[in-house]
Amino acid sequence: MKKWAKNNIGFFFIIPWLIGFLVFKLYPFGSSLYYSFTDYNLFKGIKETGIMNYIEIFTKRQNREALMITFKYAFMTVPLKLVAALFIAYILNFKLKGVNLFRTVYYIPSILGGSVAISVLWRALFKDDGLIQQMIRMLGGNPPSFMTDPNWALFIICLLRVWQFGSTMVIFLAALKGVPEDLYEAAAIDGAKKWKQFFKITVPLITPVIFYNLITQMVQAFQEFNGPFIITNGGPRGKTTLMSILIYNNAFKAYDMGMASAMAWVLFVILMIFTAISFISQKYWVYYSDEG
Amino acid sequence: MMNTAAKNDSSYVYNQRVKRKNMISAAIRYLVLIVVGIFMIYPLVWMVGATFKPNSEIFSGLNIIPKNPTTQGYIDAVKSYGGNINIWKALLNTFTIVIPKVIFTVVSATLTAYGFGRFNFVGKKFLYPIMISTLFLPQVVLNVPQYILYNKLGWVGSPLYLPLIVPSLFACDTYFIFMLVQFLHNVPKELEEAAKIDGCNVMQTLIKVVVPMLMPAIVSCALFQFMWSSNDFMGPLLYVNTPAKYPASYFVKLSMDSDAGFSWNRVLATSLISIIPSIVIFFMAQDQFVDGISAGGVKG
Repeated sequence: MKKWAKNNIGFFFIIPWLIGFLVFKLYPFGSSLYYSFTDYNLFKGIKETGIMNYIEIFTKRQNREALMITFKYAFMTVPLKLVAALFIAYILNFKLKGVNLFRTVYYIPSILGGSVAISVLWRALFKDDGLIQQMIRMLGGNPPSFMTDPNWALFIICLLRVWQFGSTMVIFLAALKGVPEDLYEAAAIDGAKKWKQFFKITVPLITPVIFYNLITQMVQAFQEFNGPFIITNGGPRGKTTLMSILIYNNAFKAYDMGMASAMAWVLFVILMIFTAISFISQKYWVYYSDEG
Repeated sequence: MMNTAAKNDSSYVYNQRVKRKNMISAAIRYLVLIVVGIFMIYPLVWMVGATFKPNSEIFSGLNIIPKNPTTQGYIDAVKSYGGNINIWKALLNTFTIVIPKVIFTVVSATLTAYGFGRFNFVGKKFLYPIMISTLFLPQVVLNVPQYILYNKLGWVGSPLYLPLIVPSLFACDTYFIFMLVQFLHNVPKELEEAAKIDGCNVMQTLIKVVVPMLMPAIVSCALFQFMWSSNDFMGPLLYVNTPAKYPASYFVKLSMDSDAGFSWNRVLATSLISIIPSIVIFFMAQDQFVDGISAGGVKG
């Protein structure tokens, strides 16, 4: 026994994590799969089991719509954010004076952006007669009513996340610093233009980081809650009701834990499928230097 | 002779052209950085200005500097809405949650990272991938069952914020373990081996040798956990149900619900006060934030 302990001393260090994993992750994870096949109500308990929740998710219009909106949100937010982050990181990577100042300016929104305070600010910016509407009027335009126009409301929520591209940018910037300078020099001698260098040298070499950012941003986007909950409260007419909002409403307004669990599992499986696709497609577009 | 002169001449012209071209592209780069930078920072600066404006002025122009500066927004912001809570108390509540959370996270994550990063033990081949895969386990699937669990334990609405704090004792934020393990891989083992030869046991080695070397990464973890936990909205939304216990994030949301529409300077001032601690911490430790996020991301 003593010898076992001596050989496996590392195990004792991970015991707290192991307990936390079993109690706060694995058990909830497993139990929610079970709840998803029940009509578990927080106050009335379980009366019925079966796949009725899943049937309802895919047959009820409101639920299908929330799924569509979640997709729309993720497919707007993630590409816009990654492109903005990479573009600005690329420019910052040239040795310009004052780069640190710019880096700070771009980074602040991503640090503060998750706070409720910034969601409040977002409302002040995009409400009727808010700052953005005034700006557009001043330029002679006729601004839409961002918060109540079903076509705009989701975009406003999306913009809040895109505005927080700073931390993604910092990750890209670190990757760009790792691209060897002589590659650019060689390409320049061969007469390759800057944009060609960017797509032929820079992008291929940082694909692992693009991949990492793609996955983390996607996982985040599919779970977005604060923006739609605080800024638009799911409206107008349900147009910003993402899956996370629907899950919240089912679980904590209707106390229908079974339905909420089933929805969370649908979202989870969708996320897993996308992650799997990204991982499988990796070998076609992600370049790892130690392989070549 | 003629030939070289001509060559020198043309190379001079060429250099001039390259120089001019470089200057133009540098100018374009600055222009892009400045224009995008204005979009990034203008809302925040405008917000600061708006807190000093009277309500009638806030949405009557794009100006940042108030025409009729007033502190009425702040005077109202620190007033209570009733229910034994105001912004100061809400901030205090935030710290009551965040400070233990940061300390517990740092300790538990360091222990776990040390265990995984420096030792071989039975089951490591099995447990390490599990630990990494929880990095991708979305919180959305855990929210409901965790609530049910905490409800059964009687933790919901606990005055000690048990559901928000206890999990951090058990290194539940995998991201920080991951970050520390990555950092540990780049720290040479020689010092630890020397400490072992000098008779230090594993615990002494951890405290006297590993922790000092890990310090930059530990500080980064603490900073990120501070920011994320202060910003956390869903946790308090689900688990705090007495007004006197509301943390700042939830208090700001309520203040917006009750005041938006007629007292924006109060709402914005309340919001701004709620993020002052985060702003101060950010400017004190900017580089650690940047280093932390690049270390966590790139090695992944």
